[in-house]
Amino acid sequence: MKHILPLNQKARRLWAMVAQSRQQAVALTQDPPPTEYPFGCTTIFAPGWEVDSSGGTNGLCQPIERDLYDCYHTCYWPAQVPDGVTNAPSWTASCGAPMNDWKSIDLVFP
Amino acid sequence: MRLRTVLHRRFHDEHGTAFVYVTPSAAILALDGLAGQLVAGFDVPDGVDDADFVAQHADPAEARRALGDLVDLGVIRPVDEVRPPAAQLPPMPFPLATLVLNVTNKCNLSCTYCYEYGADKIATPAAPGEKRVSRMTEDTARQSIDFLLRSSAERPQVSITFFGGETLLNFPAIRAAVDYAEQQAKAVRKRVHYSLTTNATLLTDEVIDFLTTHRFGITISIDGDAGEQDRHRVWKSGAGSFADMEPRIRKLIATNKERKGRPIGARVTVTRGAKSVIDTYRFLTGDLGFDEVGFAPVTAGPDRTWALGDQGYENLLAEFSTLAEDYVAAAAAGRAHGFANLGDLLRELHQGIHKAHPCGAGLGLLGVSTEGELGLCHRFVESKDHALGSVRKGLDEGKRTAFLEQAHVDHKTDCRVCFAKPLCAGGCYHEAHVRYGDATRANLHYCEWIRGFVDLGLKTYARILRANPKFFARYESS
Repeated sequence: MKHILPLNQKARRLWAMVAQSRQQAVALTQDPPPTEYPFGCTTIFAPGWEVDSSGGTNGLCQPIERDLYDCYHTCYWPAQVPDGVTNAPSWTASCGAPMNDWKSIDLVFP
Repeated sequence: MRLRTVLHRRFHDEHGTAFVYVTPSAAILALDGLAGQLVAGFDVPDGVDDADFVAQHADPAEARRALGDLVDLGVIRPVDEVRPPAAQLPPMPFPLATLVLNVTNKCNLSCTYCYEYGADKIATPAAPGEKRVSRMTEDTARQSIDFLLRSSAERPQVSITFFGGETLLNFPAIRAAVDYAEQQAKAVRKRVHYSLTTNATLLTDEVIDFLTTHRFGITISIDGDAGEQDRHRVWKSGAGSFADMEPRIRKLIATNKERKGRPIGARVTVTRGAKSVIDTYRFLTGDLGFDEVGFAPVTAGPDRTWALGDQGYENLLAEFSTLAEDYVAAAAAGRAHGFANLGDLLRELHQGIHKAHPCGAGLGLLGVSTEGELGLCHRFVESKDHALGSVRKGLDEGKRTAFLEQAHVDHKTDCRVCFAKPLCAGGCYHEAHVRYGDATRANLHYCEWIRGFVDLGLKTYARILRANPKFFARYESS
């Protein structure tokens, strides 16, 4: 808006509304953006380490290697292990059965 | 398509910058040369064809772009555009925010121009044998508080204003109301703000201590220095009241400053032949120490000798604009200025206030008579024709809604063509009642004055924005 300057509070609000509706109008003329599916830690509900998602204890981290995958795939503890969402998607590719060959999972150097 | 500039007011500052106040939205815009040309060019009753206008312009692409902005902002619109339906009332029952308690209708002064006792009084005379209560009882005061708290819905804060007559003639009722309100408000977790208007003649040390302790917003009715005050504000004997009130006012202001109380305001009634408002302003703020001064032209029938004639309104406007210079200088330096009329107008302009009704009377505010009867505001409480129920039986919602519907600015035909209607909305109900015998009529006798004052406000607004762009942040609400 090169030629007009909104001065009072009401004018500024009106202009914000106009600017917003213009953006929406532009969006309608474009191809729809690719649908984004939720991914990572937002998709699961982990109640914690005391009970599993069914309320029992069977699904808890047994063996402990499972813990690693919970943290890795779902970003449960993304600071403690490499995250599988963006930075290290193939971290466990060399390891088909972690109970047997967890040692083949290597370190990640950022 | 034929387009036309909507109802508006164009104005310029001293540097030649063009501005427009857009009436339907109450927006204020600064315009460059091209936008100014468009707003003026489309300001034709039958409208102008947009394609023709743009094609004839030196820079059609730029003109088209600026026109698009003005159309989207609602400044220029299609001639045959269907108008949105008239604004309705807010959802009723509208929660109360303020109750004005007329704690007495007696006064110890006999001001010649008083609308309460003089020829312009609105009160219905007592029927033969009827006994009127001249002082509000403490019970009625407490019942008023209950009524306010129960009618204020979810509002976190309510206000109680004490009025008269001379308010302080019934100090016991004020004290009882405040004590009770403190206790009751605590129980329902609301804050209460108190204010009062007085003629200052009864400000004893005890009263001053009470008012400043409870952080009252205090307004003193005073017309200026001894010469001004004693022209109309006289005792029953006819003697002037200045000498009696002056030391009390000084004491009040000093105590209030010491206790960091709320600003204390002077309310000056402007009558024919009054001294210039500039001198009065300087005396009241400089000499007596008031924080704010508001000037109100006297409410009176046109034949009264003290009524302001056309010339009087014109002079008043010229003096207001001189006082506005002071305001601009203070604002440029980041200081508040006590010229209350202009301060209120600038706040409304900055926020973009758009009123469907001239004031909150009957909406968020009601008056209570000494007997506990409800009225539109304190000026209407003694009038049976305008009665709206009582604090005991409750508010007559049907009558309230009917009045507000009728008093809506869209029903005031004369206001339709006025650029200032978002701020004025037809003016004071009581003033209209005194002039025309109908509270819902527009006050046509001071239209020119209102428009002149709003013009002054708009120009002052633009000047202050240039001098100190941050000044108005104090008025911003989220």
